[in-house]
Amino acid sequence: MITLKNIMKSFDGTEVLKGISMTFEAGKTNLIIGQSGSGKTVLLKCLLGLHQIDSGQMYFNDQVFGEMDEESRRTLRREMGMVFQGSALFDSMSVLENVMFPMKMLTKKSYAEIKCAAEEVIERVNLENANNKLPAELSGGMQKRVAIARAVVMKPKYLFCDEPNSGLDPKTAIVIDNLIREITQENNITTVINSHDMNSVMEIGDTILFLKDGLKAWEGSKELIFNTDNDAVNDFVYSSNLMKKIKQVHN
Amino acid sequence: MLRLVFIKPTKGKVMRKLIFKDIQDLIIGSLGIVAFLSFFVGGVVSIQTALNIENPLIPKNLVGFATRQSVILEFAPTFMSIILAGKVGSFITSSIGTMRVTEQIDALEVMGINSVNYLVFPKIISMLLLPIVINFSMFLGILGGYAATIYGGFSSSADFIEGIQLDFRPYHVVYAFIKTLIFAMVLATIPSYHGYYMKGGALEVGKAATVAFVWTSVVIIVLNYFITQMLLA
Repeated sequence: MITLKNIMKSFDGTEVLKGISMTFEAGKTNLIIGQSGSGKTVLLKCLLGLHQIDSGQMYFNDQVFGEMDEESRRTLRREMGMVFQGSALFDSMSVLENVMFPMKMLTKKSYAEIKCAAEEVIERVNLENANNKLPAELSGGMQKRVAIARAVVMKPKYLFCDEPNSGLDPKTAIVIDNLIREITQENNITTVINSHDMNSVMEIGDTILFLKDGLKAWEGSKELIFNTDNDAVNDFVYSSNLMKKIKQVHN
Repeated sequence: MLRLVFIKPTKGKVMRKLIFKDIQDLIIGSLGIVAFLSFFVGGVVSIQTALNIENPLIPKNLVGFATRQSVILEFAPTFMSIILAGKVGSFITSSIGTMRVTEQIDALEVMGINSVNYLVFPKIISMLLLPIVINFSMFLGILGGYAATIYGGFSSSADFIEGIQLDFRPYHVVYAFIKTLIFAMVLATIPSYHGYYMKGGALEVGKAATVAFVWTSVVIIVLNYFITQMLLA
């Protein structure tokens, strides 16, 4: 579980996060949604420790991030997995090497054990025939699946995904969403996903945090988001013609 | 950044592989261009020297002497380093810069890996082999001078070889290797810095590589002046 209390972050005097408080529960897919520039990526990078927060507290289970020394933070990071928006796969490594990489770097396991664990995860994301391919030889959806495999191979307690289905066709996007949800539930991971894709919200939004201009504008679940009377959320959710039609049918 | 290069090191086995890969990319991959340039520039130096000797009182062995001195003291260590700032330097900046743009460096950091050590340390270690490249350049530069002198009919083989041996001071080679090692550090660190801390997209990778080349060349030229002043004056 991750708990945020009054998180503030600014860049060059511009406040980007203005007192965000939220709880992301384990075994659930927690979505952060909002328009571009609302602070989603900054919040995710703060959670990862890539940005230092100005004030507030972040709790990872019972550990207080702000009170941890550099070594403890490094240890905590080893319990985190991250799926980047552009996958961030290592170009010069094959699929298998990419997935083996974190274990090679951070564990003392033998090569055979590492390879076995990596192959197991690759099979889990249905890429068993792509072991020896380079990232450049894969489609966008396959790259995302490799990124997910690499993120979960260390069996993380926390999984972060930055727009995991951006640039993917709707069908592949749903496959990726469902894969993340299944892995989250199977391993009881606290998963936090940045998204502005309404399909993802409807598919896997167990908990949803809506950000607007760096403020928490709404919090709820996919069941509640359709019937909320929050203007900012409705403005965002029903911005497309498709969603407007769905609302008409729903009403 | 330099502090981060040496703290929290990457696992030995992984680092060994990275170092061998960088030796292949940065050192062995540069031998071809170094050989080509050294041979022909050595030839040009000897032709220019021979053509400027009009006085019959000046001995013909001066062609070999001047070629040796030019190649060992300046051409091989300094100008080869500047040429390598273009080849090796832009390779380092663009490869690290691309990793920055595509979030691969962020991925390393998120995994709890010291990305500076992982990316820059193997490059520094492999560039320590630069004196071998420069040694190779010295040999081929003089060989090129010899070939141009003999086949151009500017001097006899005996005169050229006598000139190469004339008043030879081993300290000049030591001086060349000392400055080569210093230039090697510059070649590894300045381009790495520009790649690692670059911001923006693909276009900025190209700009960072250009800026890195300019700064590396400037620093090499300035250091060359001070090192020469300290070691030879």
